Amino acid sequence: MTDKDRLSQVKDLLKALEEGDEQTADRILDEIAGIRESQLFIEVGRLTRQLHDAMVHFSVDSKITEIAAQEIPDAKERLRYVITMTEQAADQTLTVVEDIVPVARMLNEQATRLAENWERFLIRKMPFEEFKDMSQEITEYFNESVKSLEIMQNGLNDILMAQGFQDITGQIIRRVIAMVEDLENGMVDLIRLSSVKAASKETGMSSVELPGPVVPGVDDKKDEVATSQDDVDDLLSSLGF
Amino acid sequence: MKILIVDDFSTMRRIIKNLLRDLGFTNTAEADDGKTALPRLKSGGIDFLVTDWNMPGMSGLDLLKAVRSDPDLATLPVLMVTAEAKREQIIMAAQAGVNGYIIKPFTAATLKEKIEKIFERIDS
Repeated sequence: MTDKDRLSQVKDLLKALEEGDEQTADRILDEIAGIRESQLFIEVGRLTRQLHDAMVHFSVDSKITEIAAQEIPDAKERLRYVITMTEQAADQTLTVVEDIVPVARMLNEQATRLAENWERFLIRKMPFEEFKDMSQEITEYFNESVKSLEIMQNGLNDILMAQGFQDITGQIIRRVIAMVEDLENGMVDLIRLSSVKAASKETGMSSVELPGPVVPGVDDKKDEVATSQDDVDDLLSSLGF
Repeated sequence: MKILIVDDFSTMRRIIKNLLRDLGFTNTAEADDGKTALPRLKSGGIDFLVTDWNMPGMSGLDLLKAVRSDPDLATLPVLMVTAEAKREQIIMAAQAGVNGYIIKPFTAATLKEKIEKIFERIDS
């Protein structure tokens, strides 16, 4: 519809009114209104599309909101648990080392002293009285060393078990990485939507099938996890194990 | 007695290996997931399987199912040592035919107890 068309429509309308031709005047008025209506439809269509885009926006927003509201606090709790576990493992290891080092030093000192005496005995430079003392000392040393070596063995086992933290914390950190990736994907979608009007792509939210290690205060809120080996044993025996 | 230890974390494999050695089981082999473990099992010579659950490639539960559905391996004792502690998961493992279930972190005493229990049942 050009301006010229419109002008001629208005002129026709004026002419019809001057001539008292109401029928023609009404027809022309309807035509003019029709133009207005079709423009209204275009506008409604545009608004509908905007609404649709906003809805898509909203679903991305709610995904990010969910991550922000639930998963980030959880992740923080998980990472704190990682600190706790690594600290415990380090403490456990250091305690054992602190316990064992003096025991090893004492064994070493005793063995060194006995070896010196034994050397003197071999080259027959030891009086009989002293030999009797040394025999007694050797007997004591044997008893002592069995006990000391047992302490050392137990300590080494404790150090061994303490290393289990690496597996547990590794699994927890993997989960947090997956959460960060989800968040990243959500942000990328949001940026894509707000910059270009393109269809949103699948974000590939990785569904965590296996919940992994139980983090106290995060995963044990509901009564669906076994929190100790005894819990597991009870459950299995209830199943006839 | 040869024991196959399956876990994707090498530290955990080493821990279990050392604990087993202390218990008198010196003959062990290792695999890092179900996919690598299954051919080892099929080629024979493994008498006992200790496996994690959550592993990339093939999970411990899938490995357990594969073992139970293989006529040559169906009776192999399987002990699961895992951080998965949901009740429904433990039930799932039991239904798939696991012989023992230990949750991480665990103690040397627990491992000993569960292995002994499994052998007791086999012998009786």
